[in-house]
Amino acid sequence: MPVLADRLDRRDPAYDANREAMLSLLADLETHLDAARGGGGPKYVERHRGRGKLLPRERIELLIDRDSAFLELSPLAAYGSSFPVGASTVTGIGVIEGVECMLIANDPTVRGGATNPMTAKKTGRAMEIARENRLPLVTLVESGGADLPTQAEIFIPGGGMFRNLTQFSAARIPTIALVFGNSTAGGAYVPGMCDHVVMVKERAKVFLGGPPLVKMATGEDSDDESLGGAEMHARTSGLADHLAEDELDAIRIGRSIVARLNWRKAGPGPSQPDDPPLHDEDELLAIASADLRVPFDPRDVLARVVDGSRFDEFKPLYGTSLVTGWASIHGYPVGILANARGVLFSEESEKAAQFIQLANSADTPLVFLQNTTGYMVGKEYEQNGIIKDGAKMINAVSNSTVPHLTLILGASYGAGHYGMCGRAYGPRFLFSWPNAKSAVMGPAQLAGVLSIVSRQSAEARGLPYDEEKDAQMRELVEAQIESESLALANSGRVYDDGIIDPRDTRTVLGLALSVVHTTEVRGARGFGVFRM
Amino acid sequence: MAAVSRIGSILVANRGEIARRVFRTCRDLGIATVAVFSDADADAPFAHEADGAVRLPGSAPADTYLRGDLILAAAARTGADAIHPGYGFLSEDASFARAVIAAGLTWIGPPPEAVEAMGSKLAAKELMAAAGVPVLAGGEVDPMTALSVAERIGYPVLVKASYGGGGRGMRIVRTEAELVEAVHGARREAEAAFGNGTVFLERYLDQPKHIEVQVFADDHDNVVALFERDCSLQRRHQKVIEEAPSPVVDAALRQRLCEASVAAARAVSYRGAGTVEFVVSADGEPAFLEMNTRLQVEHPVTEFITGLDLVALQIAVAQGDPLPAAALEPSMTGHAIEARLYAEDVPAGYLPATGTLARFDVPDGVRVDSAVETGSVIGTHYDAMLAKVIVHADTRAAASARLAEVLQRSRIHGVTTNRDLLVRVLRSPEWLAGEVDTGYLDRVDPAEIGAPLLADQRMHAIAAALAGAAARRAAASTQPGLPSGWRSVPSALQRTSYGELEVGYAFRRTGLVVQVGGEPVDVRLWSVTADRVDLEVDGVRRQVDVHQVGDTAYVDSPLGSSVLVETPRFPEPGTGAAAGSLAAPMPGTVVRVTAEVGAAVQAGDVLVVLEAMKMEHPVRAAVDGTVTEVRIESGSQVEAGAVLVVVA
Repeated sequence: MPVLADRLDRRDPAYDANREAMLSLLADLETHLDAARGGGGPKYVERHRGRGKLLPRERIELLIDRDSAFLELSPLAAYGSSFPVGASTVTGIGVIEGVECMLIANDPTVRGGATNPMTAKKTGRAMEIARENRLPLVTLVESGGADLPTQAEIFIPGGGMFRNLTQFSAARIPTIALVFGNSTAGGAYVPGMCDHVVMVKERAKVFLGGPPLVKMATGEDSDDESLGGAEMHARTSGLADHLAEDELDAIRIGRSIVARLNWRKAGPGPSQPDDPPLHDEDELLAIASADLRVPFDPRDVLARVVDGSRFDEFKPLYGTSLVTGWASIHGYPVGILANARGVLFSEESEKAAQFIQLANSADTPLVFLQNTTGYMVGKEYEQNGIIKDGAKMINAVSNSTVPHLTLILGASYGAGHYGMCGRAYGPRFLFSWPNAKSAVMGPAQLAGVLSIVSRQSAEARGLPYDEEKDAQMRELVEAQIESESLALANSGRVYDDGIIDPRDTRTVLGLALSVVHTTEVRGARGFGVFRM
Repeated sequence: MAAVSRIGSILVANRGEIARRVFRTCRDLGIATVAVFSDADADAPFAHEADGAVRLPGSAPADTYLRGDLILAAAARTGADAIHPGYGFLSEDASFARAVIAAGLTWIGPPPEAVEAMGSKLAAKELMAAAGVPVLAGGEVDPMTALSVAERIGYPVLVKASYGGGGRGMRIVRTEAELVEAVHGARREAEAAFGNGTVFLERYLDQPKHIEVQVFADDHDNVVALFERDCSLQRRHQKVIEEAPSPVVDAALRQRLCEASVAAARAVSYRGAGTVEFVVSADGEPAFLEMNTRLQVEHPVTEFITGLDLVALQIAVAQGDPLPAAALEPSMTGHAIEARLYAEDVPAGYLPATGTLARFDVPDGVRVDSAVETGSVIGTHYDAMLAKVIVHADTRAAASARLAEVLQRSRIHGVTTNRDLLVRVLRSPEWLAGEVDTGYLDRVDPAEIGAPLLADQRMHAIAAALAGAAARRAAASTQPGLPSGWRSVPSALQRTSYGELEVGYAFRRTGLVVQVGGEPVDVRLWSVTADRVDLEVDGVRRQVDVHQVGDTAYVDSPLGSSVLVETPRFPEPGTGAAAGSLAAPMPGTVVRVTAEVGAAVQAGDVLVVLEAMKMEHPVRAAVDGTVTEVRIESGSQVEAGAVLVVVA
C-alpha cells in the first residue's frame, strides 16, 4: 500500500515559526481550560469538598473504567459570554464497563450547578451526540435548577431536555441519573425521565417544590427529607431505584447498571491494522501555517494521523486543490477529504461529490479536514457553473448517511465550510485546531467588501467618500470578524465540539470513529438531484 | 540375615517432599513407585508423580498416614514389595516395622529392636553411656537426693519430668539455693500433668550447638559415620537451617563424634540410615541427645558433601547389599547448606500461613526438594514446610551467599513464608561467624528478622500500578488502541492504592507523571506490560516483575519482593463484619469454646482456644459485653479471619 513520505522541510523558517505560533495558541488555550477546570473557583470548590463531596471531574474519573480515555466535549462553552467558561457542566464520552457512554455532570461549584442558556446549549449538544451515536446517557445530577436571572432564556427552550430524555428511552437508548444533591423543580424531571435512578442517602433532594414554595402554594409545613429525600424516594415514592450509601456507592451502582445493560455496538469493529503512523505526531505542531494565507499540504498531516501512514489517494491528478483518498484510523476504514490549496474549483467539487458517493456505496465513514477559503469566484468560474458544481458537492455531503467527522485545520470560510461538512451539515463530531478560523469570509475581504459597497453607494448618490472614516471602519470590522472567527469564539458558542491539540488528532479521531460505530454504518442509497 | 530379593516396587508411606525425594531415587534405580495420599493431598504433586497411588480416606494423620493397616493394604493392592517410611509418621514405629516385615515386605529402615531401644529417652542415654558415648550427666532424683546429684553434675542443671514432654515440669536451676524448691515444683507439675511425679536432673547447657552425625550400617558388619551436620539454627526445636560440615567442629572433635556415633549404632545392632544427635557446649564438649532411627529431613547436605545418594544406600542396605566403597571410605568436599521454607508469618510471631501458591519458582542451579509447585494449596493439616533449598559450594561463605541470593530471587507468591528470615540469617554477622546457637531465633525479634527485605516499597508500588494499567489496557475491548488514561482535558491522575501507599500516575505528552502519597517521584518508563516493568526511578533503571492475582500484586525485583494488596475503589456492599466479631487470627482447629450465647464477658476473657501448628492460641473478648453468637464448636476447622464469636 502507498505510504506517505516525510516531506517536511525542517530548515524552512516557517517550520519553527508555525510551531512557535501553535505552542503559543496552546498555552493560551490552557489558561482558558484552567478556568473551566477550576469550576466555581477555590472558595466554592473548598466549600463543596468540605461537605465531603466530589467534584464533577472526580465523579467522572471514578465512574469510567480505569485507564480508559475520556473525551471531554465543549470544555470552553460560554467562552466570550457573560457566563463562566465551561457553562457549569462537564460533558464527554467515557467508557463504563466497556460501554461508551455520554456523561453529563453538573458542576455544583458554579452557582450551585444552575442551568444557564450556555449550559442548555452544551448539554443539548451532548444529548444530540448521544442520540445520533446511540450512547447510553449517564447524568450526574447536582443542580439548583434554572439560573433564575436568565430564566427567560431557559424556561421555554429548556423544557426540551425532558422531552429528549423520554425520547431516548423510546429509542431504546438507556438513560441513567445518579443524583448526588439538589435536583429540584424542573430538575426533578431529570431523574423523573430517566430509565434508572440512583440517589445518594442524605444528599439527594428531588422535589417539584421545596418547603418555602409548598408553604406559599398550600400552606403545608414540610421539610426537605419528606419532600424529596433519597430514603423517601427509595422507600415511599419509588422514584429512586437504588439508594446509595454515599457518592462512591452511587458511582459503583451506576457502573453496575451499565454493566447490566447488555449493550452491543451495532456497527462493525475495526477491520484494518492499527499500527501507528510512521512519522512523529509531535511535528503536527509545525504543519499548519501560522499565516492562514499560506496553504499547507494536508498529506503531511495525514502522514502523522492515519494507520501506518498508509494513504490510497483517489484522483490525485484531478482537482488537485482537494485531496481525497482512503486510509484507516485505529483500524477503522475512512474516506478522507482534505483541502490542499484553500480554494474549491469546479473540478474539486465534482471530485468531492463522486468520492462521497463512493464512500456511501462502501459504507465507509468520511473525515473532512478543512482548510478552505471557499468556492472560487469570478466571471470565468461563474460562467463555467461553479454554483452547479458546488451544489453537487453540497448535495452529496448533505444526503450522505455514513458518519462524518470534521476537523478544522485552518481556514473555514464561506460556502467552503458548508461543502466540507461544517457544523450545519451535521457531522457526528466537529473539532478545531487552535489556529482554526471560521466565518462567512476572511476579515480583510469582508471589510474590503463593505468598503467597496459603501464607496459605490456614495458614488451613486454623488457624495464624496470619507477615506479616513473608511479606514477606521475597515479596521473595526476586521478586528470584529477576526475575533468572532477565532476557534475560541466558535468553541465558546458550541459551534464545535472542542479545540484539540494537533498532537491529539489521531486519538480524537480514533475515539470518535469508535463512537460512531456504535450505530449501524450505512451509506445513502440515493441523493438529491445532481444538477448537470 | 537371609538374603532379600531385589526390590522392584517401593511404596512410600509418607507425603510431600520426602515422598518425591524417594521417588526420584527410585526412578534412577528403575524401581516402580507407589504413593499413598490423604484427601487433603489428593492434588499434591507427590500423589501425581508416583507410578500408582492409593487413597487413604480422610485428612487427619490418625486416619491416614498413621494407619499402618491401610498402608499395608495399599502395598498389597499395588504389589509393592518394599515400604519406605520417610520421616515422621510411622518412620519410628517399631510395631509398624514389624507388621511390614510380617507381611513379607521389605522394610527400608532399621531393625524394630533398634527403633525401640532408642525410643525411650532415659534408657537410650543409659545404653549410650554404657557404650562409651558421652552423655549429659544426670539422674533420677527426689528432693532428698537432688543436692548431691546436682553437685556431681555441676550447675546449671535442668529439672525434667521423666515421663512427659512439652516443657511441663521443666526448670532451669542455676544455684544450689533454688534447687530443692524447683524439684518440689517440678514433681507437683509432673504429677498433675502426667500422673507421675518422677523427675530427673540433667546438666544444662547455655546456648549449645546442635550437631548430629549421619551413620549408616549394613548387614555385613559395616558401620560408617558420614560426618556431621550442624542444625543449630532452630526455633523451638524446629530446625530451620542446616549445614555440613559444622563451622565449630574441628578434625579432632569430628573424629570423636563419628567414633561415638558408630559406637552408638553398634550398641543397638543398627542397620540402615540413622542420626546420632549431640549438643555441643560453648567449650566444645559434646553430649549425646538422642538417636533418630530414620532418614532426616536435612540429609541432602550430607549427600552434597559426600556425593552419596542416601536413599539409594537405604535401598541397597535393605536389600542386604553391603555398603559401597564410596560409603565405607567417605570423603568430604566443600560446604552444603539447606534452608527450610516454611509457610509462616514470621513478623506476626511465626503464625502458620495458608493459601494457594500462585507461583513457586526457585532459580535453577540449586537443589530444591519441594512438597509443592505453582498452584499447590497449602492447608493446615500437615507440617508447614513447603520446600528445602540446598546449595553446595567450595566454602561456607560462598554457600551462604549463594543460598541467600537464590532465596531472594525466588518467586514465592500466594503464601507467606519465612524466606526473608532465611535471607537475613544467612547474611547476618552471627551466622557468617558460625556463632548461632539453638536459642538464637528465640532471642531475636521476629518482627525484625522476618521483616520484608525491601523496606521502601514505593518503587514496587509504582511498578505494580503501572503493570495494572497495562493489564487493563491490554484487556480493554472498547477503544483498545487509545493511549492509556488519555484525556482531552487532563485533570486528576489515575490512582491505585495499596493500603497506605497511594500511587497516582498519568501518561502525559511530556512523559509519565507519578506521585506516591501525593509526592512527585522522578520516573522514566522504558517499557511496561502486565507482568514486567522496565522502570527508572531517581535515575536508576530496574526490571520489575509483577504478578497480579486477584487484588494482590506480587512484585519481585533485584531489590526484593513485595506483596501489595490493592484497596478496592468502591466499598463492596455487605462485607463489613458485625461490630464485636472475634475472628480467627490464623487457620486452625478449635480446641475449646468457653463462650456461651447470652453470657456476659469482659474484655480480655478467653472465649475460644484455637490450635494451630501444635500451639494453642487464645481468642479474647475485645470489649465488655454479651455473647450474641457462637459460630463454631470444639473441633471446627477455621480459616484465618473466620468469625468465631460475636460480642455485643
